[in-house]
Amino acid sequence: MDLFGVPITALMAQLMIGLVNGCFYAVLSLGLAVIFGMLHVINFTHGAMFMLGALLSWAGLHYFNINYWVMLVMAPLIVGAFGILLERLFLRRVYHLDYLYGLLLTLGLTLIIEGAVRSAYGVSGRPYGPPPIAGVTNLGFLMLPNYRLWVIVASLLVCGATWFMIERTRLGAYLRAATENASLVEAFGVNVPMMVSLTFGFGVALAAFAGVLAAPVMQVSALTGQTLIVIVFAVVVIGGMGSILGTVVTGIGLGLVEALTKVYYPEASSMVMFLVMVLVLMVRPNGLFGGGE
Amino acid sequence: MSAFPSLRTCGYAMLLFALVVAPWAGLYPVLGTKLLCYALFACAFHLLLGYTGLASLGHAAFLGVGGYVAGYGVKMWQLSPELALLAGLGSGALLGVVMGFISIRRSGIYFTMITLALAQMVYFLCVQLPQTGGEDGLQGIDRGRLFGLLDLHDDLTMYYTVLVISVAAFLFIARVVYSPFGQALQAIKDNEPRAVSLGYHPNHYKLIVFTLSAALTGLAGALKAISLGFVTLSDVHWMTSGHALLMTLVGGLGTLSGPVVGALALVTLENKMGALGAGLASLTGFAWFSTLGESVMMIMGIVFVLCVLTFRRGIMGELLSLSRHRPRKTA
Repeated sequence: MDLFGVPITALMAQLMIGLVNGCFYAVLSLGLAVIFGMLHVINFTHGAMFMLGALLSWAGLHYFNINYWVMLVMAPLIVGAFGILLERLFLRRVYHLDYLYGLLLTLGLTLIIEGAVRSAYGVSGRPYGPPPIAGVTNLGFLMLPNYRLWVIVASLLVCGATWFMIERTRLGAYLRAATENASLVEAFGVNVPMMVSLTFGFGVALAAFAGVLAAPVMQVSALTGQTLIVIVFAVVVIGGMGSILGTVVTGIGLGLVEALTKVYYPEASSMVMFLVMVLVLMVRPNGLFGGGE
Repeated sequence: MSAFPSLRTCGYAMLLFALVVAPWAGLYPVLGTKLLCYALFACAFHLLLGYTGLASLGHAAFLGVGGYVAGYGVKMWQLSPELALLAGLGSGALLGVVMGFISIRRSGIYFTMITLALAQMVYFLCVQLPQTGGEDGLQGIDRGRLFGLLDLHDDLTMYYTVLVISVAAFLFIARVVYSPFGQALQAIKDNEPRAVSLGYHPNHYKLIVFTLSAALTGLAGALKAISLGFVTLSDVHWMTSGHALLMTLVGGLGTLSGPVVGALALVTLENKMGALGAGLASLTGFAWFSTLGESVMMIMGIVFVLCVLTFRRGIMGELLSLSRHRPRKTA
């Protein structure tokens, strides 16, 4: 069976890969949006944090023989703690300044992190070895590796949990209130600076989580983050940073669009998301799900 | 503008004098040419950032495309250098109109992200188009003879040509900034709703200055391509835009001469890093220092962070505030 000259099984296989990539985009842009909402800083280090998550997972396996499942919990915790440290040491000092300085500071931190990893490990990716979940599931129309299925499920679960935490819990209510008016919330006795640190830690932990998920299926190298961060920015511009659901839907949607382009017009596959961004900006300057600025 | 116009004029005269005599005082002319190209790049970048507050991370696209067009013109159509420079300028302007039209619809952080994404698109285009030579880039671009008279193969002639063009571009930028147009830009930057209520169309002004900035960046790219003889993908990579931002910041945001000083400082630092590292290694006995030359990226990151945390006014900003405060103390 063919669809516009492409066998349907090949198309489906590409779409599944697109879905997996879309999940990474969704988790990454979610973390970026959460951080932006609270700190009003566009976190350039996000791509580097993704890379650190993947690197930690690889290093854990190869140096200390710590298995994937432990690293899936530990790597986000380590990166999250690292993020809190960075927030306390550096980011905290630029909140009162123009947004430009937050951008510059995180860009500088990115260069330091990626430069350090590059001088230690070089620029080529490290092969992770076989994914921790073996086997394939036959869905009738395609054979789906179980690991990819797990990536999709895990990403959606994490996005859902984040949504629940922010929209349905007391902590989330504090967070949303502090986003609106930090000084008022502080007047009620909530420790806002602590919350800001934790938000940053949580956001970069999400990036690291995506990194661990990606390690077995993507060759993550020191500079992977540099390409990824621009894609994530495009996702955020297209979706608008207002809603969690919007961010997740945009991320997954773009992953699928990228995959479709790979099937029908591979030359444009690395450019298509930016084209989508241009089109969206023409029609809706505030993004698909964004309100006013 | 300043309380000490004579001091300012003296500063410019000294800088210009230093640049004119530099090749005779031991500056390698090719390095000097590179310094000037980056200084022009930083000035063009700063025309947008300093006077509209729009921080673009897309300027690498103009630099790279300007270079590619000039280089391709020289190699394939045997363009003379002046025509190749014009082609670089024009292609920068053209790309600037398109990217500006799309990106000025948003401001602040979104503007930055949109310019970055658009530039990334240009980057991937350059990776794939056969005309750019892909990963190899364009190599062996001939310098030719300027107006059929000046033989640019001589490094000194090349240096002085680039110097004349850069100074002309700098004067042009100064003219723009102090013109009524520049004042309107300043007004829009300071208070956009108020400028609108006074009858200005901010988006027209932003698009014009974006295009000017892109055109001058294209010129810088073309100059760089012709004088160094090659263009590579790293010119189009967004990290190059980050470099322009860093040069501006190190030199001093909002000062006309800041980008020049920042570019001179950073390119020199980058070039001398290896020698500096080796020197430190032999001086202190730490072998680690000799690896400094390979970790340019990390050093740049550290400069970024230090600048943002401790040195936000930049070199020229600090100097200016010194020259403003000292007389008050003594009087």
